[in-house]
Amino acid sequence: MTQTLTPTQSSTAGAEPQKTPWWEFFTFSVDHKVIGIQYLVTSFMFYLIGGALASAVRVELATPDSDLVDPAFYNSLFTMHGTVMIFLWIVPAVTGGFGNYLVPLMIGARDMAFPKLNAIAFWLTIPAGLLLMGSFFVGPASTGWTAYPPLSILTDEHVGQAIWILSILLVGTSSILAAVNFIVTIWSMRMKGMDLFSMPLFCWAMMATSVLALLATPVLAGAMVLLGFDLLIGTNFFNPTGGGDPVVYQHLFWFYSHPAVYVMILPVFGIISEVIPPHSRKPIFGYKAIAYSSMMICALGLFVWAHHMFTSGTPDWLRVFFMVATLLVAVPTGIKVFSWVATLWGGKLRLDSPLLFAMGFISTFLIGGLSGVMLGSAPVDIHVHDTYFVVAHFHYVLFGGSVFGIYAGLYHWFPKMTGRMLNEFWGKIHFVLTFIGMHLTFGPMHILGLQGMPRRVAQYDPQFAPINVICTIGALILAFSTVPFVINAVYSWFKGEQAPDNPWNALTLEWTTSSPPIPHNWVGDPVLATGPYDYGEEYKEDRQEAIAVS
Amino acid sequence: MQGSIATTTTISEDTIHAHESTGHAEHPDLRVFGLIVFLISEGMLFFGLFAAYLTFRSVATSWPPEGTPELELLLPGINTIILVSSSFVIHQADSAIKENKVKAAQLWFLATFIMGAIFIAGQIYEYQHLEFGLTTNLFASTFYVLTGFHGLHVIIGLTLIASVLVRSLKAGHYSSTSHFGIEAASIYWHFVDIVWIILFLLLYIL
Repeated sequence: MTQTLTPTQSSTAGAEPQKTPWWEFFTFSVDHKVIGIQYLVTSFMFYLIGGALASAVRVELATPDSDLVDPAFYNSLFTMHGTVMIFLWIVPAVTGGFGNYLVPLMIGARDMAFPKLNAIAFWLTIPAGLLLMGSFFVGPASTGWTAYPPLSILTDEHVGQAIWILSILLVGTSSILAAVNFIVTIWSMRMKGMDLFSMPLFCWAMMATSVLALLATPVLAGAMVLLGFDLLIGTNFFNPTGGGDPVVYQHLFWFYSHPAVYVMILPVFGIISEVIPPHSRKPIFGYKAIAYSSMMICALGLFVWAHHMFTSGTPDWLRVFFMVATLLVAVPTGIKVFSWVATLWGGKLRLDSPLLFAMGFISTFLIGGLSGVMLGSAPVDIHVHDTYFVVAHFHYVLFGGSVFGIYAGLYHWFPKMTGRMLNEFWGKIHFVLTFIGMHLTFGPMHILGLQGMPRRVAQYDPQFAPINVICTIGALILAFSTVPFVINAVYSWFKGEQAPDNPWNALTLEWTTSSPPIPHNWVGDPVLATGPYDYGEEYKEDRQEAIAVS
Repeated sequence: MQGSIATTTTISEDTIHAHESTGHAEHPDLRVFGLIVFLISEGMLFFGLFAAYLTFRSVATSWPPEGTPELELLLPGINTIILVSSSFVIHQADSAIKENKVKAAQLWFLATFIMGAIFIAGQIYEYQHLEFGLTTNLFASTFYVLTGFHGLHVIIGLTLIASVLVRSLKAGHYSSTSHFGIEAASIYWHFVDIVWIILFLLLYIL
């Protein structure tokens, strides 16, 4: 900690940097940076596929009649949209992508604890995705991404449903293996001098995420196996006519799938905590509060699953328990939001695309969080259950939250990952289009839901038509908004302006190596010159005095 | 990192483990930590299945459903005693290798393997003589899924033990300084054992 080296000085100076060759990205590489980029690119492709499915859903809903696709195929469309977006886009992108790329760099390690396991985890997601896409040729699953029995065991699409179960098991295995890897890496492989409270907040978020994934995913795997037995062998775990209990499936499913929401959002909280300080040139406000709130969300997140089941015949006393636990999650989440706003407050804001997306994240996620408080209250939830209000809520959280956060992270770390800058002008266009499209698509859905339009229907009462048209226009803007990003990213990757090692003048360790980092990250040993958020000279001096005194 | 897939693979893990010395001050074997973390998730798998079993049971009007033949206790009882004692046997192997007694460790491992194999044989015999099938009723289904999942884990454990034994006999791996394989097999075996005790109590005794 007494070193005077500033983090802008590259510790690779004087050595011939050995770059990762391009074909490495198409092999079974064990380098965490290669795997991270493999995850990001693959999951982004699934994002485009999931987005295309969503666009088809929205175009179908532009008119009250079922005129574009037949209702059965419509069911498959929204089922596959949900499945792809959750299991093949957001979860792999935020944990596998950003987690793999950043965690070792941020804690000064050479790689993850188990590099081969890491590669296995990534390569499990590929067959899962191919299977899921392939199921379109044999009749894809059509029972919603929740696959509630008895519908899912009595469905006509046996093959598609079985493939669906298999690919969920594959991505589940992948995410358990990744979680083991992250926990061991963050716990045991931090560089000398970095204790838990001097590691970047993204690592705290990944720790909490991994604990959640580790504890919750196996329960989903159990549920999937039982569901598969019911579907294929004829057992009756979830079939009431044979003495089974479909509500047990709901408990097992949501015991994973509610925490999965935090798996999708906690790493994004981490990304936002990393993006805001360097772009507002201020130390993060309330480091410890943010770190602890991640762990608190992790703990609370395991005890709120039944709030998805307020209308499933859950007894009153249980509903009250889950309602209170759910509303408590607002406390740590609020701590984070206030800390980010306090960090922005009075900062020297540099309104580049990463910060724009981060601020877009805060505002949009706030709306999603507030409608979450409404839905967490059992009386409101019973009223709007399975309406578009729910759809609006979780898209504000998952699109306005996770996707905005992923974009913020992509713009922030693109120079580090590729050695090139993204074009700022097109970045801003992308932000404006995404922001407008997002609110136009999902904002009016709140009204639709309160008026009583049910979700998962291809045909609806004509009185909902005008608002649905607005939503569809928004969805098309949203679909179009990815075009400038894809072109910008592909063009900049090859032809963009060369990025310096530390374009944002940030202080976390990943910026002390070259852009892109060499295999094994640093030539010499990384040096911990400052804390991760010691922005502003006055703070730095105070801190050094404090260190000298202690 | 230049080179074929094979070379990339070999370089990395070794380099990483070599580089760990530059990292944290004192390093316990990361692999043991990783295995324990992984076993926590395995534990959650069984936790989910147990929870489902208990819920089915508490909701059902009669459990096991009327007409289900009684479970025999003798064979699974003997099996339980064998599996529980095999945990002590494999612990002897673990202690022996830490004192560099390779031969003793191999013998204890062989003993564990035989005991585990007897357990599986007993389970197969029990399955063959049960008067209900997988789809007979909810109790039968949960019974087969729970014991089957556990049996699968015993077989994985046996595979681990066998591979360690073969490596030790053929290639002379494992000594007092390098005994991860033995430790891992031992930890895994204890885990399988603990799960069985809970399973036995839930299915046969309660």
